[in-house]
Amino acid sequence: MSMRRVLGLRWALGRRSCCSKSPLPPDFVEDLRAVVGAPNVSTAMAVRQQHGHDESMHVCAPPDAVVWPHAVGQVQELAALCYRYRVPMVPFGTGTGLEGGVNAVQGGVCFDLSRMDAIAELSLEDFSVSVEPGVTRKALNSYLRGTGLWFPVDPGADASLCGMAATGASGTNAVRYGTMRPNVLNLRVVLPDGRLLHTAGAGRQPRKRAAGYDLTSLFVGSEGTLGFLTQATLRLHPLPEASAAAATAFPTVQAAVNCTVQVLQAAVPVARIEFLDEVMAGACSSFSSVELPVAPTLLLELHSSRHGLAEQQQQTEEIVQLNGGSSLTWAEDLGERERLWAMRHCAWYAALALRPGCQGYCTDVCVPISRLPDVVVETKRDLQDSGLTGPMVGHVGDGNFHCILIFDTQDADEAQRVHAFTERLGRRALAAGGTCTGEHGVGLGKRALLLEELGQEGLDTLRCIKAALDPHNLMNPGKVL
Amino acid sequence: MAPLKVLVGVKRVIDFAVKVRVAPGGQGVQEQGVKHSLNPFCEIALEEAVRLREKGDAAEVVVASVGTRQSQEVLRTALALGADRAVLVEVPPGGPALGPREVAAALSRLVARESPHLVLLGKQAIDDDCNQTGQLLAAALDWAQGTFVSRLALEAGAVRVQRELDGGLETLRLRLPAVLSADLRLNQPRYASLPSIMKAKKKPLELLPLPELLGCPPAPPRLRVLRLEEPPGRQGGQRVENVAALLERLAAAGRI
Repeated sequence: MSMRRVLGLRWALGRRSCCSKSPLPPDFVEDLRAVVGAPNVSTAMAVRQQHGHDESMHVCAPPDAVVWPHAVGQVQELAALCYRYRVPMVPFGTGTGLEGGVNAVQGGVCFDLSRMDAIAELSLEDFSVSVEPGVTRKALNSYLRGTGLWFPVDPGADASLCGMAATGASGTNAVRYGTMRPNVLNLRVVLPDGRLLHTAGAGRQPRKRAAGYDLTSLFVGSEGTLGFLTQATLRLHPLPEASAAAATAFPTVQAAVNCTVQVLQAAVPVARIEFLDEVMAGACSSFSSVELPVAPTLLLELHSSRHGLAEQQQQTEEIVQLNGGSSLTWAEDLGERERLWAMRHCAWYAALALRPGCQGYCTDVCVPISRLPDVVVETKRDLQDSGLTGPMVGHVGDGNFHCILIFDTQDADEAQRVHAFTERLGRRALAAGGTCTGEHGVGLGKRALLLEELGQEGLDTLRCIKAALDPHNLMNPGKVL
Repeated sequence: MAPLKVLVGVKRVIDFAVKVRVAPGGQGVQEQGVKHSLNPFCEIALEEAVRLREKGDAAEVVVASVGTRQSQEVLRTALALGADRAVLVEVPPGGPALGPREVAAALSRLVARESPHLVLLGKQAIDDDCNQTGQLLAAALDWAQGTFVSRLALEAGAVRVQRELDGGLETLRLRLPAVLSADLRLNQPRYASLPSIMKAKKKPLELLPLPELLGCPPAPPRLRVLRLEEPPGRQGGQRVENVAALLERLAAAGRI
C-alpha cells in the first residue's frame, strides 16, 4: 500500500472500516437515468475521480456514479431511490473543502448539485435571499451589485453557499460579520429518505425565532451527514460606506498576536484581522508579487462610515505602535484592497510553492483569545523543534489559526513528524479550552479529536441525532462520526 | 485648470451572469424577467468621472442613457455610484433596437445641449459588442477621441490617455473637448452603499423623449435583424477501439 494511502487511513484512525464498499445493485444506474435523464448520470472514471476528492490531501475516493439533479424534486426522488437500495449518498457543491468531505469512502452516488443555481426571494428591505447549491459566494455578491447589500462570509475559495452552510464555513470577515451559522436563516433540506424539510418552516425568514429546536443550526456544519442542503436563505448585510486595509510588520510573533488581542479589547470593530508568520509573509510575497517584509505580519481591514473610519484608523494605529508594529499605510482603493486580500487567499498555494512536489496539510485550531498568544508561540516553537515547514496564517480575531504543513508524503519520517505535530497541536488547543477545528469541519481527518473535544456524552448525543435522521448511515458515511 | 463638466453615457444591458436564450421567433433574445444591469464598461467610465470630481478636476458628472423607460434603473444606480444628475433620452418600448448610429446621433444632440468638456463612454456594450458609439460620436462632434483608455490624466486644456492596443500601450495627448471610451483596466468601480442609494433617489433624473431632443422624428434604423440562432448543441464524442476503426469511421463520415 502506498504511503499516502497509509496516511489517509491513519488520519481516519480506522475505527470501523470506513472504507468498506458494496457494489451498486444491478440496474441501479438505469433507475438513476430514469429520474434525471441519461446526460445527467455518469459512471465515467474521469468524472467519478473528479468528484472523489476536494482540495485536501485525503486520497481520492471516487463514488460509483455521479448524478446532476436540476430540481429539488429530482433530489428527493434520487435520495428515495438510494435509500430504498441502501446506497450511500454524497452531496457535492464545488469540491473546495479541506477535510475530505466529498470523498466517497464507501462508494455510492455523488449528487453534484451545481446545476441547481437559482437565486430567489431577494428582499432588499428584509436583507435576505435564498440560493441553491450552484450559487457561489462570488456569484451572489456579483448579483447583489448595485443593491447596497452583500454576503460577507468569505472563506477564500469561491465556494458554493450551500456547501459553506454544510461545513459551517467562516473566513476573514467572521470577526465582524460572523460565520455561516448566524447568517443562515432557513434551509431546505432533502432528508436521506427523500422527505423535504424546511428547517425554519417553508417560506419563512424572520430575523429571529424561538419556535422549537433550532434545526437550522443543526444542519449548518453537518457536513452532508444529515441531509442535502438544496437551498439556503441567507442574511445579507449593508455594504460599508468606507473601507481601508493595511499590512503591518512586527518584531516577534508574540507582539503581533498581543496587538490583535489589544485591538479587540479596545472594542475596535475591526472587519478583518489576519496574522501571517514570517515564513507565510515571505511565501505570499514571492507568490503574489506584493511587497511584504519577511516578518510576523498583521493584515487589517476596517469598515465604517466616512467619519467613523478615521476614528478607527487612529485607534488602530496607536495600538499597533504600542506593540512595535511598522507604520500603517492605509489602502482605500478597492483594487488595492482586493490585491492585498487576494494575496492572503493564495496562502495555500503560496505555501505549496515553498516546496514544489510536496503535499499540504492544513490545521485549523481555534482557541479563546486570551490563550491565543501562548498557543501560537508554543506552536511556533514546536514547528521549529520538529524541523517542519509549516507557515502559519490565521483569523486571529477569532482565535483561529492555520499551520499549512508542507511535506513529502513519500518520506515516512517526515510524515510521521507531521502527524505527531498535528496531534500535539490539536491537544494543545483542546487543553486551552478551544476546538480542533474552527471552520474547516471534521470530515475524514479529525474524528478521533472530536471524541476528546466533546467527551463521550457529546459524541453519544451526536450519534443519537445521526441515528434518528439517518438510521442506515447512508448520508456521507465515514465523515464526522 | 477650471473644473470640467463630464458627460458619461451608460447602457442598460442583460447582466453578464445570465445565460442568454434566443426568444421564440428568432428575432431577438429573451429579455422579459431577465436580470439587467449597468454595462460593465459604462460602470468603469462612470467611476473614472466620479473620481475626477472627487479629486476636484471635474465640477459636475452628468450621466445619460438612450433607451426605454426601464433604463431609469441603471441611471438610478449611476446616481448612487456618484453621478450628480441623470438624463434619460427616452424611446417608446417595442420599437426597433437602437444601435451605435442612433445612440451617437442622440448623444451628439445632448452634448450640444449640455456642453461638457469631456465625454466618457464604455468601450463597448456586452450585448452587441459593437465598440462603435464612442468613435461615431467623436466623428459627429469633430472632437478628439481616445478609445480603449486604460489610464487617464487631465492637463491644462487637454487629457493624456494611455490606450490598450493589440500591439501594446499607446499614450496620446488630446486637446479638450474629447470623447474617451473606457477599457477594463482603467479602474475598479466602487459598489453602491445603502446610504448612497437612498441619496440617489433625490437626485434629478430628467426624462427627455428622443424626438424632442432631435427636434425631428428619428431616422429609421438601417439594420434589420434577419435571424438569431443558438449555436448547434454539442455532440457527444465517440470512442473507437483501435486505429483501424478510427480510419473506418473517418472514411464513412467523408472526412478522408
